[in-house]
Amino acid sequence: MGVRKAITGAQAAAEAMRQINPDVVVAYPITPQTPIVEEFAKYVADGVVDTEMVPVESEHSAMSAAVGAETAGARAMSATSSQGLALMWEVVAATPGLRLPIVVSLVNRALSAPINIHCDHSDVMGVTTVGWVQIFSENAQEVYENTLLAVRVAEDSRVQLPVMVNQDGFITSHAVEPVEIFDDALVEKFVGVRSLDRALLDVEHAKSVGPLVLPDHYFEFKRAQEEAMSKVFEVYREVGTELSAITGKQYPFFETYHTDDAEAVVVVLNSAAGTAKAAVDAMRAQGKRVGLLKPILFRPFPYAEIREALKDIPVIGVLDRSMDFGACAPVYSEFRNALWALGKRPAMQSYIYGLGGRDIMTTEIEAVFEELLSGKLDAEHQRYIGLRG
Amino acid sequence: MPTLQEIALKTSGADARIVSGHRMCSGCGIGSIIKTVLAASDKPVIVISATGCLEVVTTIYPFTAWNTPWMHVTFENAASVAAGVEAAYKALKRRGKIEGDVNILAVAGDGGTYDIGFQALSGALERRHKFMYLAYDNEGYMNTGNQRSGATPFGASTTTVPAGKISLGKPQWRKNLVEIVAAHRIPYVAQAAVNNTIDLYKKAQKGFNADGPAVLVVLQPCTSNWSFDSSLTIQYSKLAIETNFWPLYEIENGVVHVNTKPSNRKPIEDFLKGQSRFRHLFKPGNEHVIVEMQKMIDDEWARLLKLEESGIQL
Repeated sequence: MGVRKAITGAQAAAEAMRQINPDVVVAYPITPQTPIVEEFAKYVADGVVDTEMVPVESEHSAMSAAVGAETAGARAMSATSSQGLALMWEVVAATPGLRLPIVVSLVNRALSAPINIHCDHSDVMGVTTVGWVQIFSENAQEVYENTLLAVRVAEDSRVQLPVMVNQDGFITSHAVEPVEIFDDALVEKFVGVRSLDRALLDVEHAKSVGPLVLPDHYFEFKRAQEEAMSKVFEVYREVGTELSAITGKQYPFFETYHTDDAEAVVVVLNSAAGTAKAAVDAMRAQGKRVGLLKPILFRPFPYAEIREALKDIPVIGVLDRSMDFGACAPVYSEFRNALWALGKRPAMQSYIYGLGGRDIMTTEIEAVFEELLSGKLDAEHQRYIGLRG
Repeated sequence: MPTLQEIALKTSGADARIVSGHRMCSGCGIGSIIKTVLAASDKPVIVISATGCLEVVTTIYPFTAWNTPWMHVTFENAASVAAGVEAAYKALKRRGKIEGDVNILAVAGDGGTYDIGFQALSGALERRHKFMYLAYDNEGYMNTGNQRSGATPFGASTTTVPAGKISLGKPQWRKNLVEIVAAHRIPYVAQAAVNNTIDLYKKAQKGFNADGPAVLVVLQPCTSNWSFDSSLTIQYSKLAIETNFWPLYEIENGVVHVNTKPSNRKPIEDFLKGQSRFRHLFKPGNEHVIVEMQKMIDDEWARLLKLEESGIQL
């Protein structure tokens, strides 16, 4: 058993970082991520951790310094949101190619324009194609545990890829919840120490990292990166089992809630999954057989397991908190792909909700379930929840 | 201070930190610059390259010319990557995971320094990471065929600001990187050139030994895009100094020292002649551009001497 603390999602990320005590943390403030680096800076200032903290002048430099530190042999971490992620995109894309297991806390916030500081997933959905492992968190407790898990998944010799741990801006990052923090010593043992095998600071074994690679070899580098990504599933399971020994919890690729006998299932990421659970409970109380699937591991995407979990569900509504303008929304798109191979495919409906931090209510999710159960679907068009008329 | 021969010995053989087999253009001086700078370190050196000539010609996979730890990430971030390497070095040393001392060297061209990498450089200097930053300055984006940069001199024709019927090439003077860097109050910044190896070596030594960040800006005439015979690189570098186009000077703890003072300053035409980027200046009717350029150089030189004479700590 751990200690229960009343903390925010941002503080939960910082608590995990305190226990990880990384060699290097690179920080640049951006709302709503700022409290993570502020909280961690206090740990540094009070000597609670002995991390080398680098307060850089931009997110581009944040990711660059994290890359430098990690290549040198350090365990490096950072945190960002929205515009910050967009500014660091170039280096974000280079990181998995360099096979650097950096863990970044991403506090999801809408991308400009119009400028908006509140939650949606347009930031992370802009980087899902570049090769980071993506883990989503419903609440502060999951933020904390996923951050610990992420370090081990990233650094596993079969993987060596960066990981982003997502949480919803303000909704999770700034809301105080009870979070169970596990024993420092147990967590320290779990996260271990990063190996110096590939370290640039191992000066006796000079290596060249990040060379120019032309058409004769570039393709093979990228294929190797895909191979590493495919190993994440087994590593995630193994590391999850180890973490279970401390937390007593399970670390599945996704969570299902009342899906076994469900006639309609809603799919939704992060904090809205909590809202959806309340909606499921309300509907179940009325005798309506509905359920929820909450994706956790979004990259790599567990197509086969999702297909198995949803194969008998007649109708599925996928709720996206971002759009892919002129195309299917990103989460919906993945679920359609996953279910394509089924002989008898479920009916599906795409919904967009919550852009720029607009609240989603249990009643709105209940209305989605009613719509799904009614069969009045429009496979050709996405629908909008809570949009002003 | 070692002799030229001693420096040459340090830059070759099995212990050399960069070795032959790279793909530099015939007559390119970047090799001499990096070899000299690396030889000036008495500790192992970790090199962080920006995207550019040096990175491209030394590493085409699966080959590398680097016999010292080397990395490259992107174009504009050599200084921030170096900051991360330095942070890792401090953390791992403190935690007893590594032993021994290293020097950290970030290297970029003028594009990666004056322009796109400027913010990263300024941030790293302000945070006083212990590293040296080396800019090899060929006065434009030469790796990609002569596009204008913030280091391109007034009057030069580039592919992005070409001389034409109504254009005389670049209408602005270059920015003074050394003074901008000095404004960060770092312990050491110097301007050097490829032709003067002893001067460059001394400056690199001072930079590596400085108590904080150091910056070297080194002129590197580009045989490919200034378009002169590949045997003339050193000659053009020498002319840049003899015309006061590129003064050799250093600012040590804020104090300016001019290292070389040509007794008989040569006219700027001597430097401009034979370079394709200045060819248009020699057409009848364009004499005024050269006159203007000469005035700028003389004014800058007079200003620099005044700075030195004043003893004012920058």
